[in-house]
Amino acid sequence: MTPLIEARRVSKYFGSVIALKDISFAVNPAEVHCLLGDNGAGKSTLIKIFSGVHKPSEGTLLVEGHEVVFNSPRDALDAGIATVHQHLSVQPLMSVTRNFFTGREPTKGWGLFSYFDLTFAEKTVREEMSKMGIDIRDPSQAVGTMSGGERQCVAIARAVYFGAKALILDEPTSALGVKQAGVVLRYIVQAKARGLGVVFITHNVHHAYPVADRFTLLKRGRSLGTFAKGEVPREAILSMMAGQEELEALEAELAESARHGAALAAASSRS
Amino acid sequence: MATRAKPITDERVRKVGIVNKLLSRPELGAVVGAILVFAFFSLVAGDRGFLSSRGIVSWLEVSAQLGILAVAVSLLMIGGQFDLSIGSMIAAAGMVIAISVVVYGWPMWAAILLAFAFAGLVGFINGYLVNRTGLPSFIVTLALLFVLRGATIGFTRLITGRTQVPGLHPQAEGDWLAFLFSGTLFGLPVSIYWWLALTILATWILLRTRFGNWIFATGGDPEAARNAGVPVQRVRIILFIGTAVAATIFATLQVLAAGSADVARGRLKEFEAIIATVIGGTLLTGGYGSAIGATFGALIFGMVQQGIFFTGVNTDWFQVFLGVMLLIAVLVNRYIRHRATVAK
Repeated sequence: MTPLIEARRVSKYFGSVIALKDISFAVNPAEVHCLLGDNGAGKSTLIKIFSGVHKPSEGTLLVEGHEVVFNSPRDALDAGIATVHQHLSVQPLMSVTRNFFTGREPTKGWGLFSYFDLTFAEKTVREEMSKMGIDIRDPSQAVGTMSGGERQCVAIARAVYFGAKALILDEPTSALGVKQAGVVLRYIVQAKARGLGVVFITHNVHHAYPVADRFTLLKRGRSLGTFAKGEVPREAILSMMAGQEELEALEAELAESARHGAALAAASSRS
Repeated sequence: MATRAKPITDERVRKVGIVNKLLSRPELGAVVGAILVFAFFSLVAGDRGFLSSRGIVSWLEVSAQLGILAVAVSLLMIGGQFDLSIGSMIAAAGMVIAISVVVYGWPMWAAILLAFAFAGLVGFINGYLVNRTGLPSFIVTLALLFVLRGATIGFTRLITGRTQVPGLHPQAEGDWLAFLFSGTLFGLPVSIYWWLALTILATWILLRTRFGNWIFATGGDPEAARNAGVPVQRVRIILFIGTAVAATIFATLQVLAAGSADVARGRLKEFEAIIATVIGGTLLTGGYGSAIGATFGALIFGMVQQGIFFTGVNTDWFQVFLGVMLLIAVLVNRYIRHRATVAK
């Protein structure tokens, strides 16, 4: 199967810093591919490359098997790659309707007299959000009045509506409560069922595991491998993510410090 | 998809009625303020001339002239930028017209068109510099405030040896373009019609067009706007051209009414325009505001400036009123904005 989007042996350098080295990553249609990794692993850099914010220093990007070069986020959008960044790219002071259609406003009329078709826009927003299970009573309310989960859903619904083929979500559930996270995850599954490829970046394996088909682990700019869900048990993934070795080393160090401190205290009390 | 997810109705959300929606409009503070100011001056100075037909025309005219600037400035400020060069632009545009006509013998219509072309250039420079350098527009346009004013004085003295250029009334006679910028219609000076037309135009652009949505997005969060494909740099340049053009409209009206141009014209107008805009509900930080609000802000300004004269109080107190009004307006608007975007 030709992957929807693929990064082939991509590297990214910022001056002397190696943000990514030799990463190969692909998402197929109707698949959720989870991108895991600690802070500084390079996850954000990789998705910025996919979304057109950065160009790779080495390697190639492919969309549906064809090599592409993105010069701006607009190019990535036009190629069908929709990215929901951590800061969401929604404007809190603007209404849901206006946010939804920013940059792609539907218009009626022609030339100098063409105007923003707000009626159609509001109707569409209400429909799309109710497909996600959210009842937007008043699409002209400011997005700033909505909860984090609802804003997240506005951003995702917007991406899907505009014909995204690939959806990249950067930590969508990290700031959400249980119920809201559930809404988002359910929607990801629906998107997958519609044939989209979803890249899901997260720290939270408990959110990732139920919805993901594959996992890729990034560590300090390099890939530790890609695993299908069946191949590796959840605990192994958890331990890879949490950096089990590092945690065990840290535990040993802390135990050593405690022992050392106790010995010092005993020595000073005797003297 | 086989089944549609059942809509989640949140029991914490109540239906927001029409009254509430009206109460959250950005221009509310300015409209209420205008009504209050009108009532106040009508009561105190109504029989002393504030409500006479000449009196009404006098404060409407002041409001109109400021309003022409304020609606353009409101669009720019909603788009996240300031233009401090407007006052200097007024003097410069006025001189372009006067010198072209009186010294070089150009027909009036050509001089006026030249002034508008010059406005396009100045606006483009402001926008281009802000885009390229990333400097705050406050700084860039402040620099242009000095450059334009200095160049106006310099060139005028160089070419005419004076700082004033009179003698425009005869040249304006019968000129088809000057006709649009002078005289009265049904007893009201033509500036009032320009004010109304520009208010309607600015409001329509802001609220009903694609470009208007881009203005809100560019002012609110330029990064998010860019990610959504909004041509942020182009929007800024167009908005700066808008304020320069508004300054030129003001200058043309002023020059034709006075029959002369003067290098000192337009001083402090940029601040008055910003004040009217802020009274009208526009945020200093961008992304939220109203052109109608700016027009009502200009209306308040005109009523107070002329109204004080009619009350017989020393007009020096105008500045005190201005400052107090500004503070109250900003506080009221902050409350309204809070209700509109957070408290629901």
